[in-house]
This record gives sequence, C-alpha cells and structure tokens, in this order.
Amino acid sequence: MPVLVFPLTFATHLFKTKQGMNNYELMVIFTPVLSEDDFKAAQKKYTSLLKENGGKVVHENPWGLRSLAYPIKKKTTGLYWVLEYDAPSDFNEKLKIQLLRDENILRYISTRLDKYAVEYNQKKRSGVPTGTEKVEA
Amino acid sequence: MAKVNEIKYLTAIKTEKRQKKYCRFKKFRIRYIDYKDAEFLKKFLNEQGRLLPRRITGNSLKYQRKVAQAVKKARQMALLPTIIDLLK
Repeated sequence: MPVLVFPLTFATHLFKTKQGMNNYELMVIFTPVLSEDDFKAAQKKYTSLLKENGGKVVHENPWGLRSLAYPIKKKTTGLYWVLEYDAPSDFNEKLKIQLLRDENILRYISTRLDKYAVEYNQKKRSGVPTGTEKVEA
Repeated sequence: MAKVNEIKYLTAIKTEKRQKKYCRFKKFRIRYIDYKDAEFLKKFLNEQGRLLPRRITGNSLKYQRKVAQAVKKARQMALLPTIIDLLK
C-alpha cells in the first residue's frame, strides 16, 4: 500500500489562524460633521463590538479628514478610518447591521485579507518597502 | 531578377526593436494590490479615470483582474473618481 504523505507546505494556512478566524480589513467613511471626540467614540464603539464578539484588533489607522473623489450624500469630505482585525467568520454579518443603522456613516467596505495582504500591510506599517515603489508609470 | 542585396526600399525599414512589455507585478513580485493606495492605482488608469487595457499596461491576466478589483473598491470608497475629465 502506498503511504500518502501530505506535504506540510500545502497545509500551513490551516494552522495560521484559529478555527473560523479570518483576517479582515474594514474601511469606514464617517460624516465630516463629527467632532474629534465623536469620531473617537464612534471608532471605539466598533472596536468594542469586535472584542465582544471574540475578535482581535490588529491595527487601527484613522486617516482623518479627506476630500472625496465625488460627493456622497451631498458631502464633499469625509472622515476615513481603517481597521484591520481578526474575527470569527460570522462577525461581519453582525457588524453590517450596526454599520447600516449608523447615520454617521457615509459608506463602508470590509475586505477579507489573504496571506499576501497581511504581509503587505505589515510591511507597510513597519516602513519596509513593499515593492510598489519600483513600478514606474 | 534582383538579388536580395540589391533590393532598395523607398522608406527606411524599422530596425530598432521595440522593448517587450512585461507584467510589473510578476517582475517585482508584488502579490497584493492595495485598494487604499490611490496614487499607485492611477498608473493603470487613463486620463478619464478608466482602466487601461492589458495590451497597453502589459499586465498578466491574473494581475489585471486584481488591479480591476482594487480600482473598483477604491472607486466605491471615493478614493478614485468614477469618471472625470483630466484626472492627471
């Protein structure tokens, strides 16, 4: 009988995160009318929601006020906030309900990150060149 | 009958060879295309903010798809304009 040897290199992604946990990234645009404190409170609301549901914050990055490329809900600027997190796969549904209910939010997007994306984000945070600088127009 | 070395052309034939296009992502080993990096994505757009075809950028199909996804996400989050005159 031939013995099937399953190469470990193919299965490493299974051990990387806990069962059912995935890497995600959330980007939210809040209305520019929020004050500094309101903006922070809104961020905290979602990070605490994440922690309640067994998630973990990897990195938070409030970009702050930026002009939008086109108006959304008659606003030309928005407060951007980027959150990287690990969460169980059912968390995003719960988060979606909260985000849609929130009137301070113009728009949001949540993306699942693959291993290359996680690596890229880590590099970008620590200031290591990510390789995109070399690409000329 | 004219011999091969006697043939003369009215217009000079092109001798310089055009450099072959390559996929930047394969060459520089870029595995992930970030939708948050709008400046980077602008390299793959024309002046109206529309996506350039593969025959011009030289991207491989795999990465052209990823660029397209990233551009669409960036547009959704108002990092890139949907359509505009003179983006650059």
